[in-house]
Amino acid sequence: MTDATATHGPDGLLLASDGTPLKTKLRQSMKASRRRAFGLVLPLLLFVLASFVIPIIMLLWTGVSNDTYASNMPRSAPLLRAWDGASQPTEEMAEAMVLDLIDARKAKTIGKVASRVNREQSGTRSLYTKSARRAAKMEAPFIDALVKADKDWADPETWRATKIAATSLTPAYYAAALDYKYTADGEFVEQSEERQIHVKLFWKTIWVSGAVMLFCLLLGYPVAYLLSHLPAKKANLLMILVLLPFWTSLLVRTTAWIAMLQSQGVLNDIFVWIGITGDEQRFSLIYNLTGTLIAMTHILLPFMILPIYSVMRAIPPSHVRAAKSLGATNWTAFWRVYFPATIPGIGAGGLLVFILSIGYYITPALVGGQDGQLISNFIAYHMQKSLNWSLAAALGGILLAIVLVLYWLYDRIVGIDNMKLG
Amino acid sequence: MTLKTLIGAASVLAMTTGFAFADAHSEGKMDAKKALMDAKAAIEKAMAALGGGTMMGGASYEFPDLDGDQVTVVSWGGAYTKSQVEAYHKPFISGTGAKVVSEDYNGGLAEIKAQVEAGNVTWDIVDVELSDAVRACDEGLAEEIDMSALPDGADGTSAADDFIAGTLDVPCAVPTIVWSTIFAYDKDKMKNGPKTIADFFDTKGFPGKRGLRKSPKANLEMALMADGVAADEVYDVLSTDEGVDRAFAKLDSIKDDVVWWEAGAQPPQLLADGEVAITTAYNGRIFNAVAAEDKPFEIVWDGQVWDLDLWIIPKGAKNKDAAMEFLKFSTSTQALADQASWISYGPTRKSSAPLVASYNSKPDLKMGPQMPTAPQNFKNALQNDFEFWADNQDELNERFNAWLAN
Amino acid sequence: MTESVTERPFVHFDGVQKSYDGETLVVKNLNLEIAPGEFVTMLGPSGSGKTTCLMMLAGFEAATHGEIYLKGQPINNVPPHKRNIGMVFQNYALFPHMTVAENLAFPLQVRRMRRRDVKDKVARALGMVQMDDFGNRKPAQLSGGQQQRVALARALVFEPELVLMDEPLGALDKQLREHMQYEIKHIHEQLGVTVVYVTHDQSEALTMSDRIAVFDDGVIQQLAPPADLYERPDNAFVAQFIGENNRLPGKVTAIENGVARVALDQGPDVLALAVNCGEVGNRTVLSIRPERVQVNNVTGSNRLDGHVRELIYLGDHIRCRMQVCGRDDFIVKVPNSPEHAMLREGETCTVGWETDDCRALDLAPGAM
Repeated sequence: MTDATATHGPDGLLLASDGTPLKTKLRQSMKASRRRAFGLVLPLLLFVLASFVIPIIMLLWTGVSNDTYASNMPRSAPLLRAWDGASQPTEEMAEAMVLDLIDARKAKTIGKVASRVNREQSGTRSLYTKSARRAAKMEAPFIDALVKADKDWADPETWRATKIAATSLTPAYYAAALDYKYTADGEFVEQSEERQIHVKLFWKTIWVSGAVMLFCLLLGYPVAYLLSHLPAKKANLLMILVLLPFWTSLLVRTTAWIAMLQSQGVLNDIFVWIGITGDEQRFSLIYNLTGTLIAMTHILLPFMILPIYSVMRAIPPSHVRAAKSLGATNWTAFWRVYFPATIPGIGAGGLLVFILSIGYYITPALVGGQDGQLISNFIAYHMQKSLNWSLAAALGGILLAIVLVLYWLYDRIVGIDNMKLG
Repeated sequence: MTLKTLIGAASVLAMTTGFAFADAHSEGKMDAKKALMDAKAAIEKAMAALGGGTMMGGASYEFPDLDGDQVTVVSWGGAYTKSQVEAYHKPFISGTGAKVVSEDYNGGLAEIKAQVEAGNVTWDIVDVELSDAVRACDEGLAEEIDMSALPDGADGTSAADDFIAGTLDVPCAVPTIVWSTIFAYDKDKMKNGPKTIADFFDTKGFPGKRGLRKSPKANLEMALMADGVAADEVYDVLSTDEGVDRAFAKLDSIKDDVVWWEAGAQPPQLLADGEVAITTAYNGRIFNAVAAEDKPFEIVWDGQVWDLDLWIIPKGAKNKDAAMEFLKFSTSTQALADQASWISYGPTRKSSAPLVASYNSKPDLKMGPQMPTAPQNFKNALQNDFEFWADNQDELNERFNAWLAN
Repeated sequence: MTESVTERPFVHFDGVQKSYDGETLVVKNLNLEIAPGEFVTMLGPSGSGKTTCLMMLAGFEAATHGEIYLKGQPINNVPPHKRNIGMVFQNYALFPHMTVAENLAFPLQVRRMRRRDVKDKVARALGMVQMDDFGNRKPAQLSGGQQQRVALARALVFEPELVLMDEPLGALDKQLREHMQYEIKHIHEQLGVTVVYVTHDQSEALTMSDRIAVFDDGVIQQLAPPADLYERPDNAFVAQFIGENNRLPGKVTAIENGVARVALDQGPDVLALAVNCGEVGNRTVLSIRPERVQVNNVTGSNRLDGHVRELIYLGDHIRCRMQVCGRDDFIVKVPNSPEHAMLREGETCTVGWETDDCRALDLAPGAM
């Protein structure tokens, strides 16, 4: 740099005309514009923070933390945590338990506490509520008083179950979400076979999402191709047809599916009429996995078509022409030149459909029957019905991890820069 | 097929998504389980009188002036809510001048819990299942109710004596109806229909798909009864691991033929569409299909599992006083009796039984024999044991779900 | 023109017509013969049908009527990939997901050439366009000029006998464009392939071509070597499209030995070559190139008065706008040399030209 107006400071830094280092000067002049940029994104940042980041952190936290017992039974919780789980329960523990039961009954929190312990061992709910009613009249020695109220208090398993519930920070829910049981000894034991369900469901969810993605691709790719090669007017009309499922309310859409797919429905009537199947052997197309696949493919199809379409539109027709002029047959030109150019769209559409499928829940709930249910239906179930939010959170956390791993894999294999959303 | 199916499907959907009936899991615990167990005997006694009684004087409830007040009443929608609107809301509005807002929900305590915890309770009075009533009370989600404020029965008996014994023992809830899970079939399609609960599980003798609620509740009990367990031993058997295995083994025998339903409106629709040959259902829904839509459905009462629905007032309800008035009126003798003329759910007051006459639009259709508690229907009946379910539902739901998925 | 097509034509358009909508013809009755090894340029404004002709030759558009022959064989029903024609596209159409070497190997691979041969040929083709070190780059990592060379190499690497180029230099800046013109010309001379080149840039066409077909309105207005095209345009459109020309409207009053006497609308009678002016009594336009106009010391037979309106100094010459015969867009190029007149704005002078330099042409549509 030989500019006469720039001078060099003692340490070789370029100085501005007023003697301050040029870099400092540049930073100062950038500061205002950076502050303005920050101000522009601040509302969105706050919104995302409040509506997305914080809830997700809370979700992950809920998955490992449940202080229902600890906060409502403050005397017995620390004693139980300190207890080794093998020796006989002490009188001190029993006394703390009785006092806690009395307070919890007064505070009307006994129901919550009892449900919490009951998750660890079936039957303890009634044990707790019953004992709480009688606790006010109990006298020392409390251990005997408890056993007198219900002999289950003599069973160390009851205390061990309570010890697990008394631990606020626990891997138990994540263990349960993976079909393992976290014992009072701090070990992970595989859940008994007839109660194993989650791992199987995670695999099924992934499998179904993959299948939906594939169906969407097989059905959507030719449509996107047609769309991108039609004159604008016709393309618009076809696009409306593609987007129609978007604009239809869930109710109307599902009604239509039921009318089409049920065993006395339009599709089956046609099959019988053509003679594909007999009147007695109608296909089960809804209220099962088939129904879930059909309905999800239908509703997610636009998410596949749109990115592919926008990528296809951007491919100059000259590329295929060039390939042909260079001697490629139609198929070679498509496969070696056109198709690779659409991969960013396929990647975007595929990832979009897959991630949406993995969390899909209303459609399987409505048309899935019993074998068309996915992991998200179980999360909803634990949120809304069994009110076991911690397990729901753990399942959700694992689902989130799966999506992140997939995203990472996608980045490694295809490259995230290769994604084009249109 | 065509338009009719479409409309049918639409109505099912409306129910599924918006306002299903009795779709909750009982969880909870109350202070007087034992007393409630006596209720069966008491109901039998009360029902013996049902249909045969004469009309007594007017209700002993006096309407206060509530002009300008408003009550938000939340229930399960469909034919059930309609019966409440006709029997409770309309007379209450004209009697007090208050405004009544009717809302539908899907059962469960999740929404009430959210409202109470947020300190913004917009629901004033909610129709819940017994298990939820108990749990709401245990967890402090519902206001305690002064039972002595309930009006006397039309025949002058005090409320405490008038309600079926034991049903008033949840301190936060007042019962309104007795409902039941039964099974039904289309007698046009099946001339020699099933007679017993065992027939439901006999797919050789009675071929065709079966409809079952997607929940272990009632299904496990019915499976055991079909397997030869007497009604009064069902929960004892179900308390053992072998008993649970036995119930699941029985369900396993028809698993491939089952169509699972979730909302109360689905079973009549499944029957009408021919999707299933026999289905379990809530008795009122089947009755409604028969009475209002002239469907050729037949209810089989053998092995029915019955339960209560109750009013609760969520803790901190904005219009608590007006809600209490609504509660008092709607659980008065005449209102309960009127409600029973719209749908076949039995009134919980003994004094209402003689006032229940016939279906509102069909004078020939006597309501008495339609009730779950009518003597001829009540021979082999089982009361849902909410305490058993409160203790075991986590485990049984898990196992049921795993069983379904496998 | 005819001397170059003594042998059997390499490419032959025979009465070719093309319509997209069934109502208007984009190409009207095209007849064109191209000799082997010839460099023919299709020049014309956009929408004149030149690109359509190229696409029909490449096989991407079907002729609505007529037949195209390649080496004597009709090719209307031959699909593009069997025509063995190299093509360079306007935006190069390099395959973005392939490296330069892969792009070049593509036509060889689809011909199932052995891997070793492919490698050799790709290397040679890269050498030909001086891109030896760029084989492993992706097209996006290359400058426009480099991409252009790759596209050229790719169109040539499978040794087609005919190469089509569709405005291949349109996206380059002026300097690079001129450089590439020479390069393409040299490669053409070196390889001896037949080239059909489409452009709307007349200087490009003049620089490179053996012959130029000037297109307008779906018709070849003139097909001639560059010099002929400039010196002896057949009609008003060509005269106007190729280079600059002054146009003076008038009426033919007599024709004698190929020389027409034309009465200018606002001036005296002048003489001009009767090229395309029809019969006596027709209206005509005289075309005179600005550099052929003589100022003050007029030797030609035609003399008129000119009023200098504007002078622009351009170094090698001075561009002078004059008012002649009532039109003030008459341009004269005065060489910047001592023996030529020094003009001043506002001055009146005498202008004139040789009869041979003035051509009486048709009334081009919209020319007046």
